[in-house]
Amino acid sequence: MKELRTFLIFSVSVACTFSVGCGGGSSSKTNNVITTSGANVAPITVNAGPAAGDGFSAVNAAFVSVEVCVPGTSNCKTIDDVLVDTGSSGLRILSSAFSLPLPPQNAGDGNPVYECFPFVSGYTWGPVQTADVEIGGEKASSTTIEVIGTSITPPSGCLDFGLPPSNSVDTLLANGILGIGLSAQDCGPGCPTSIYYECPASGSCQGISESLTQQLQNPVTLFAADNNGVIIELPAVPTAGERSVSGSLVFGIGTQSNNGLDGAKVYTADESGSFTTTFSGTAYSQSFIDSGSNGFFFPSTITQCPGNSNEPGFYCPATTQNLSATNQGANGVKGTVNFSVADAATLFANPSDSAFSDLGGTFSGAFDWGLPFFYGQNVFVAIEGASTPGGPGPYWAY
Amino acid sequence: MSEERPSSIKSRVLVAGTALVILVAALPLWASLGGDASSVQADQLHMQGTRQMTTRQSYTVHEIRTATGMVVREYASSAGTVFAIAWHGPWPPDMRQLLGSYFEQYVQAAKAQSAARMGRRPLMIEQPGLVVQSGGHPRAFSGKAYVPDMLPTGVRAEDIQ
Repeated sequence: MKELRTFLIFSVSVACTFSVGCGGGSSSKTNNVITTSGANVAPITVNAGPAAGDGFSAVNAAFVSVEVCVPGTSNCKTIDDVLVDTGSSGLRILSSAFSLPLPPQNAGDGNPVYECFPFVSGYTWGPVQTADVEIGGEKASSTTIEVIGTSITPPSGCLDFGLPPSNSVDTLLANGILGIGLSAQDCGPGCPTSIYYECPASGSCQGISESLTQQLQNPVTLFAADNNGVIIELPAVPTAGERSVSGSLVFGIGTQSNNGLDGAKVYTADESGSFTTTFSGTAYSQSFIDSGSNGFFFPSTITQCPGNSNEPGFYCPATTQNLSATNQGANGVKGTVNFSVADAATLFANPSDSAFSDLGGTFSGAFDWGLPFFYGQNVFVAIEGASTPGGPGPYWAY
Repeated sequence: MSEERPSSIKSRVLVAGTALVILVAALPLWASLGGDASSVQADQLHMQGTRQMTTRQSYTVHEIRTATGMVVREYASSAGTVFAIAWHGPWPPDMRQLLGSYFEQYVQAAKAQSAARMGRRPLMIEQPGLVVQSGGHPRAFSGKAYVPDMLPTGVRAEDIQ
C-alpha cells in the first residue's frame, strides 16, 4: 500500500513536470473529452499542411475539410486543409484549390466586389463570390466567401497596410481559412473602405463601405441549428512535439447531447474580441484566444531566437520556462493558466513534427493564446449576440 | 509651435507633477516616422480625428483618435522629430502614411519574414535602423514602430505603447 502510494505520488509529480495543465484547480484541464460522432462534428487534423510538399511546413495549424457548392446545385468541391481560425470570421479559399462557377457578388452599380483582408502576418485578396458551404453535417446556404488569388492588382488601400501577400498555398500554408470566431461578420459595423472594393472591368478598384449583410458572414451563424458557436477539441501534445494530432470541430454550444459546456468557465470578450491577461504583474487588456496563431505570443524577457536564425521572433530559452498567467473576462471571471515555453530551435530541429504544446514568441501589445492553448482542453467560442446556456456571446469558455 | 505654449506647459507640468494634457478638437496632425514635426501638419489630412497632446520630460506624445476607432500615438523629440509611433484599432493603419520614408524598408522586412514560412503569428521586425512590432487579430490590431538611434536618452522601447 505504501509502495503504491509512493508510486502514485511519483506519477503525479512526473505528470506535473511534463504537463502544461498542472498546478492548481483553476487551471486543471479535465474537460477534454473529444467528440467524434454527430452531424455537428467535423474532424480536425493538425499537420504540416498542403504546402509541406513544396518545403513550407505549417506549425501548429489545425485543418478541416470544407465542401463548397454552386448555390442550389450539387456542383460541389471538397477542399481539404482549410485552417480553423477562431481569430477571424468568414470563409476564404484559394482559387488554386478549386474550380467552380460561383456567382460573383456585385456592388450596386454591377461591378464585382473584391476583398482585401488583413491578417497579422499577411493579407488575402480576391473576389467575393456566393456559395453553399457545408462543414461536417452543417450547411450554410447561399453565403459569400472570399476566393483568394486573382490577376487583378490589389489597390493602394490594400497595399498600404504594408503586409506581405498570403494569396498562394506557399504563403498561406493552407488551402483556405475558415473564420469561426466571436464575430458574426468579418468586418463589422463601420467597415472601413480599405477592406472591400468594387473593381470595374477597366479602371482601378474603388474602396466601398460594405454593409453588414453584404460582408462575409461567420458561416456558423447561417446553419439551421447548432449556430451559436463552436468547440475546438484537441488532445494534449507531448512537450517534444508530435507529427500530427487529430481532434474535432463541434458546432453549437449546448444545442446537442455532445456539445454541453460541462462546467467550462465562461470568459466574456469585449466589443473588440478581447479580454485581459495578466502576466508578470502587467495586465494586457487586448488579449485573445486564437486557434489561427501558431504559438503563445506575449511580452517577456525570455531569450529570443537570433534575428538571423530560422526562428526569428520565437523564444529560444536555454531551459524550458514554466509560466503562469491569469485570464479575466469582461464578466470578471478569472482563471489561472499554466503554460510552458521551450526552445523553438530545438522544437523545429525535428522537421517531421508539426504540433508543439510549448512554442512561444514575442509580441508587445497583448497576450495571444494561439493553438497550443487548445491542446488538452476543449475551448468554446460563442458568437456575438448568440444565446447559449452560458449566457450570450461573445465569449470563450474552457 | 507657438500654439503649444511651451512655457505654460512647463509651469503646469510642475504643478501637476507629471504631465499636462491639452485637448485639441478636430485638428489634423499626423507625422511620419522620422519626420519633422514642422512639416507634419500637411500630412494625413484625410484623418479627421481628435488630437490629445501629452508632454513628458524629453518628448511629446500626439495622440490621434479617429471615428473608425483607430488610436495613433506619435512620439516627437524635443527637437521635433518623430522617433516612434504606436497604434491600436480594429484594422491595421495606413502604414505607408505612418512610416513615411521607412515604409519600403518595412515592406521588404515583412516580406522576408513571411518568406521564412514560420506561419501565422505577430510580425516582429528588428533591424538596426527600424523596429516594427505588429499583432492582434481582425477587429483588434496593435503595434509600434521606432527608430532605435532616434530614441531620446532615457526613453525605453517599453515606453512606446
